[in-house]
Amino acid sequence: MSFLQGIAASSGIAIAKAYRLVEPDLSFEKKTIEKVDSEVERFEAAIAQSKSELEMIRDNARENLGADKAAIFEAHLLVLSDPELLNPIKDKVKSDKVNAEFALKETADMFVSMFESMDNEYMRERAADIRDVTKRVLSHLLGVKIVNPSMISEEVVVVAEDLTPSDTAQLNRQFVKGFTTDIGGRTSHSAIMARSLEIPAVVGTKTVTKDIKNGDLVIVDGLKGEVHINPTPELVEQYKKATEDFEAQKAEWAKLKNEHTYSADGHQVELVANIGTPNDLEGVKNNGGEGVGLYRTEFLYMGRDELPTEEEQFESYKAVLEGLEGKPVVVRTLDIGGDKELPYLKLPKEMNPFLGFRAIRLCLEEKEIFRTQLRALLRASTYGNLKIMFPMIATLDEFRQAKAMLEEEKAKLQGEGIEVSDKIEVGIMVEIPSTAVLADQFAKEVDFFSIGTNDLIQYTMAADRMNERVSYLYQPYNPSILRLVKMVIDAAHKEGKWTGMCGEMAGDETAIPLLLGLGLDEFSMSATSILKARSQIRYLNKAEMEKLAAEALQKSTTEEVIEMVTAATSKN
Amino acid sequence: MVEKQFKVIAETGIHARPATVLVQTASKFEADIQLEYKGKKVNLKSIMGVMSLGIGQGAEITISAEGGDEANALQSLEELMKKEGLTA
Repeated sequence: MSFLQGIAASSGIAIAKAYRLVEPDLSFEKKTIEKVDSEVERFEAAIAQSKSELEMIRDNARENLGADKAAIFEAHLLVLSDPELLNPIKDKVKSDKVNAEFALKETADMFVSMFESMDNEYMRERAADIRDVTKRVLSHLLGVKIVNPSMISEEVVVVAEDLTPSDTAQLNRQFVKGFTTDIGGRTSHSAIMARSLEIPAVVGTKTVTKDIKNGDLVIVDGLKGEVHINPTPELVEQYKKATEDFEAQKAEWAKLKNEHTYSADGHQVELVANIGTPNDLEGVKNNGGEGVGLYRTEFLYMGRDELPTEEEQFESYKAVLEGLEGKPVVVRTLDIGGDKELPYLKLPKEMNPFLGFRAIRLCLEEKEIFRTQLRALLRASTYGNLKIMFPMIATLDEFRQAKAMLEEEKAKLQGEGIEVSDKIEVGIMVEIPSTAVLADQFAKEVDFFSIGTNDLIQYTMAADRMNERVSYLYQPYNPSILRLVKMVIDAAHKEGKWTGMCGEMAGDETAIPLLLGLGLDEFSMSATSILKARSQIRYLNKAEMEKLAAEALQKSTTEEVIEMVTAATSKN
Repeated sequence: MVEKQFKVIAETGIHARPATVLVQTASKFEADIQLEYKGKKVNLKSIMGVMSLGIGQGAEITISAEGGDEANALQSLEELMKKEGLTA
């Protein structure tokens, strides 16, 4: 047995066989073939196998992911029936007496380069389809197993270098018990997805794809960030026991599902969820969320070829607002750029994307994109309790511009006789230090603040959060960060406004006592963290936490703060 | 042989889904079916052929069919293009 330490990305424990989601070896050599007819037959058999495999994948995708995600496989199937692709390959085998692998690759490459050289983005992307299909046929010719995450049909732990959004979209929750990756951190895409899917995950192990073979028994400990490979029966037993304890704990927390959140001395706070799509609503309800504190609308714009229409957006916003039945829903307007790209916008590559043209900066420039979203939001506003927040605000002027556009769209809609709620609160994300420092001025004009800690920490520390080598600078408890958080909360309260937090920190066991003490009003986190946080807050005394927080602000290092909080709260 | 000219009115031209259903429909027939645009002729049963033409809005295209079920094929394709909003 062996053991790897990674980063705990999503809590829970998974014990299952490993399924490696890695690119197979599809290399081959050019050969001269004597029996060309049987070579053509071999090729036709590989095509037939590829087709039936794709049909299964398509049906599976249609059922689990929706018709639009299945359409891509429909297109792949047509490529496999394309006479203009198949006939030249067969002709090549016959006339040049070469093996089918070589004829396939030569012919497909010609099409790939033809599509890649077209001046239309859509056509260039079709080159990827042809490459994909070619790989599948090659795998059958070579007798190599190709990975189809959507076809997993037994309980597994997925092992990958990293998981892309499309990989994760194809995973079937029923069978994927956990996953572990080489790269990534707590805030990487794969980690966020794991929490929203409620699948235990350990990321950033650096070597897991090297160390694990298909079929190895694997334990993923998403609480401690540990991966055990081919563990002893004793360890498996131990973990099974731990899983039962974790389930029992969850059952205990579940009793708090319909409760409001009070501290031991009766101070009320709000625990709300971060969501990405209307599909996440079920998780919010099952985990006792008191609303949504961050609806990341960028998922509406991702994984497609063009911008979503006003109508499409309206339907999604309406679904979320109706689903929450009058509970608050804070919608963040488009936050694209940085690590989240939209290929179809054709934005130039930047040296420092996190410091570049992103989020509100992009929206104030690409006004039509922004106005379409604002209209969709305003139209949906009558279906629930909508609050709108603008991301990456650095100056008051940016906020004023964004707010003015919102007011203009509102007036236009009302002019067209469309009803718009008049109770929409408009706030901002505080993730740039300049805004935190000037919060007293912002507080006079905004209705609320929501502190985005992942970015606030990255910008305060000047440390790229995607760069593992500087990940030690991700220090949520650093007194410098705590002081900024305090400035924001105090500024809001002085103007009678409220402050929320929607970064990872809001659901963090060590941060919660401090945030309660600093007076945070709303904690927005992964839905699965809510019940645990509610149970923690019930044992905390607000008045005591105020003293604790005041003390923490006077410490000099992260370590001192952690030590102090642990000592003060472990006696409970 | 039968043939007919069409003008593409769909905003996105013949892309993605419309191309897929055109090829699927054409493939059901015995006849040889060709699509011509700007002097380039491709096999309408070939998805890559159809997409390689990059047919956009306003394009004048000609579809021709030759073989036993040619009349049927052309009629089905015409109906489909109307239904998909590709032509008027």
